[in-house]
Amino acid sequence: MAYKLLVEKRSADIPKWLPAATSIGSVVAAFIISGILLSVIGGDPIRVGKFFFEATFGSWAAISDTLVKATPLILVGLACAVAFKMELWNIGAEGQYYIGAFAASLVILVPLVTPTTPKWIVLGAMMVMGMIGGAVWGFFPGFLKARYHVNEIITTLMLNYVAILWNNFWIFNKWSDAGFQMTPTFEKAAWLPRLTDYARDYSGFSGMTLHFGFIIALVAVVVVWWILERSRWGYEIKLIGDNPHAAEYAGLNIKRNIILVMMFSGALAGLAGMVEVTGVVHRLQERISPGYGFTGIIIAWLAKLNPFAIVIVSILFGALIVAGREIQPSGLSQLLQGIILFMVISSDVLLRYSIRVVKKIEETAV
Amino acid sequence: MTDTPYAVEMKDIVIRFPGVLANDHVNLTLKKGEIHALLGENGAGKSTLMNVLAGLYKQTSGTIKVHGELASFGSPKDAIKMGIGMVHQHFMLVPTQTVTENILLGLNEPRFFMNMKKYDQKVLDLQDQFGLRVDPTMKIWQLSVGEQQRVEILKTLYRGADILIMDEPTAVLAPQEIDELMETMRSMTKKGKSIIFISHKLQEVTAVADRLTVLRKGVVTAEGMSIEGLTREKLAQLMVGRDVVFSVQKELQEPGDVVLSVNNVHALNNKGVPALRGLSLEVRSGEVLGISAIAGNGQSELAEAITGLRECSEGSITVNGTELINQPPSVAINSGVAHVPEDRTKVGSAPSLSITDNSIMKNYKHDPIGSGWSINYPKAKEYARGLKEEYKILAPNVQTMARKLSGGNLQKVILAREISSEPTLMIAVQPTRGLDVGAIESIQRLILEQRKEGTAVLLISEELEELFALSDRIAVIHDGEVMGTMPVAEASVEKIGLMMTGERMEN
Repeated sequence: MAYKLLVEKRSADIPKWLPAATSIGSVVAAFIISGILLSVIGGDPIRVGKFFFEATFGSWAAISDTLVKATPLILVGLACAVAFKMELWNIGAEGQYYIGAFAASLVILVPLVTPTTPKWIVLGAMMVMGMIGGAVWGFFPGFLKARYHVNEIITTLMLNYVAILWNNFWIFNKWSDAGFQMTPTFEKAAWLPRLTDYARDYSGFSGMTLHFGFIIALVAVVVVWWILERSRWGYEIKLIGDNPHAAEYAGLNIKRNIILVMMFSGALAGLAGMVEVTGVVHRLQERISPGYGFTGIIIAWLAKLNPFAIVIVSILFGALIVAGREIQPSGLSQLLQGIILFMVISSDVLLRYSIRVVKKIEETAV
Repeated sequence: MTDTPYAVEMKDIVIRFPGVLANDHVNLTLKKGEIHALLGENGAGKSTLMNVLAGLYKQTSGTIKVHGELASFGSPKDAIKMGIGMVHQHFMLVPTQTVTENILLGLNEPRFFMNMKKYDQKVLDLQDQFGLRVDPTMKIWQLSVGEQQRVEILKTLYRGADILIMDEPTAVLAPQEIDELMETMRSMTKKGKSIIFISHKLQEVTAVADRLTVLRKGVVTAEGMSIEGLTREKLAQLMVGRDVVFSVQKELQEPGDVVLSVNNVHALNNKGVPALRGLSLEVRSGEVLGISAIAGNGQSELAEAITGLRECSEGSITVNGTELINQPPSVAINSGVAHVPEDRTKVGSAPSLSITDNSIMKNYKHDPIGSGWSINYPKAKEYARGLKEEYKILAPNVQTMARKLSGGNLQKVILAREISSEPTLMIAVQPTRGLDVGAIESIQRLILEQRKEGTAVLLISEELEELFALSDRIAVIHDGEVMGTMPVAEASVEKIGLMMTGERMEN
């Protein structure tokens, strides 16, 4: 008696738990495949796995590190998800992130505030500037697409390089700190509060770098969820994303929405840049992102554009970044990222097709 | 090769699709060196029959002889081998490649070295033979529609076709291009080619064809009839038929004031060819104006122009005094124009969204569903449940995705949404196309209820039975103009058929 796989197109509604199950399943499968790869090249997957876990979730300090890395990822993940929901392929979150960081830094570098300005006003101004910066960077591709049908994939991608080089120009030329490719450290008023700042009152917080940006990111998650799932604008985004012809027929202004959604997406990525500059680096410098903007694309996709799932996925990817710092060779965690993405994309097949094992009845048997 | 006057003989061809009999014992003969016109309304089975001859489909039963030899096509390649080439209505060309490259596409030559000069010359030689002028080094996107069509013809000739099938070749062309095409067709037959010419325009058929075959609902109504002495009346009768069955009854009622007034509207279609040429009409409240036209004569564009989905170059469209021409769709919606679009899946609904989301498409901004910046989803669901109940939409629940609904139920969702906006004007385009009998009747009843409520209804339909049953007056459109309008009591299939083929009603 032989068995064969029967692949059938799903006709009924897919069960609600299935998308989540395939996402989790593909992450697990990716870990298993990586483990096999590791043992093939002579590594000890169990030891590496244990080390991986300890370095990322093993202690409060490790968790704090992981969440620090997850913070910008949550924000860029949201940025991508908002645009993808309307089938706008914004792959320029990286550039919007850089411009957000740059615009936020202007508050200190120009400076736009006096040295005695209270901390919350400084940070508030930087937040607003960061979001405006990202929104402006999202406006250009949005406008070009709405007005002249220019492909946003190309424009957003190219603007990434413009943003990075623009940033470099200013930190090398204008605001260089003694010739290094970074600006002088910002004064404390421009630092987001960190847990370690409260170590005097709670000794357990000592050395923990988790900053207020994480709270900002969580608030953004709720706001984005509300906009997408409960607001009129979210309904419009959903409708345009699903069928632009029907949206036009229903009287929606598609061009305006393309520009607005690109700006909103850019603002979220810009906010990520502001949060990283004020929460972690405390200065504007080269390479403030190890490709957060691109990882955001993967995160949004893995989370199936669900804002809450983005938090979980971002923490996983934050852990991968932290582990990459701790594990040698450091390419290992990137390898894992790649395999995860690959598995997730292929797991989509399970949502569209059902696969059953059936007994093959041998034709000779009567 | 046996000695026969026929290039193609198709005998007793039956083509059956699941649930549809597309061709029912169809005969068609094509003489060598003739232009044979194949006529019929949309959905009559012309294209299906020709797709069989071109090797794209296989007939359920029946035989095909090419040059007297029995032929069986497994694929278009087999048909090409037998010298049969099809020029499709929608061009299949690569826009960024040159004319020659497109002609060579899919062939086994050139084998390795791309000596394009040699092939450009070959294409030029072919052009000289048939008088088909187009620069072989030009890229397709640089060419006009007429020139692109010449490339398609050259493609089939290059592959050695001596039997050409041309599927509505004139539909995309401007008048002078049509003249050129006919000249080309004549020169091709002089060189021994045989042509099957699909059309539904009588003046073109009489201008070039030698004989004609007419299909109606998959059955031949005229087989190889000579073009000589053919009148419009005769042709209309052959194409449209005369069996009209009334299924729903409407009550007599006096129409009210003019609601919709369309004046001298001009607009282009998607291909950039004029679709509306100075069209004018009026619809009063409590009245159904039926629009009859052969597909592609501007009726779809008329609906789009009124609802703000198509730009017009000239004219005026008012609904209760509000100018709608070249205004965004939201202006029409706010003026009380409801629209049941021709394409329910591509335009009328969002397939992956729920029934709820689909039913609030036009009122999500208004109380009680839209409140401030947010949408009250419990209220929206309640509203959708109400519509589901009232219009008897069959679905598990209101969270069901639109794509899971049958055509009839999806159309009910759309109608429910449009009717519940309490419109002053309703535009319904092919509202019952593709639906089963039960769904057709309930949709038609809903339209008549609207008439009773005092809504002005513009009903565009290809089903004459439907027009006769629902309309108070019928207007016939041909080539973007109204040929005539008459009360339904004075209308007859013959009169309408005549006007559909381009005859103006004399007053």
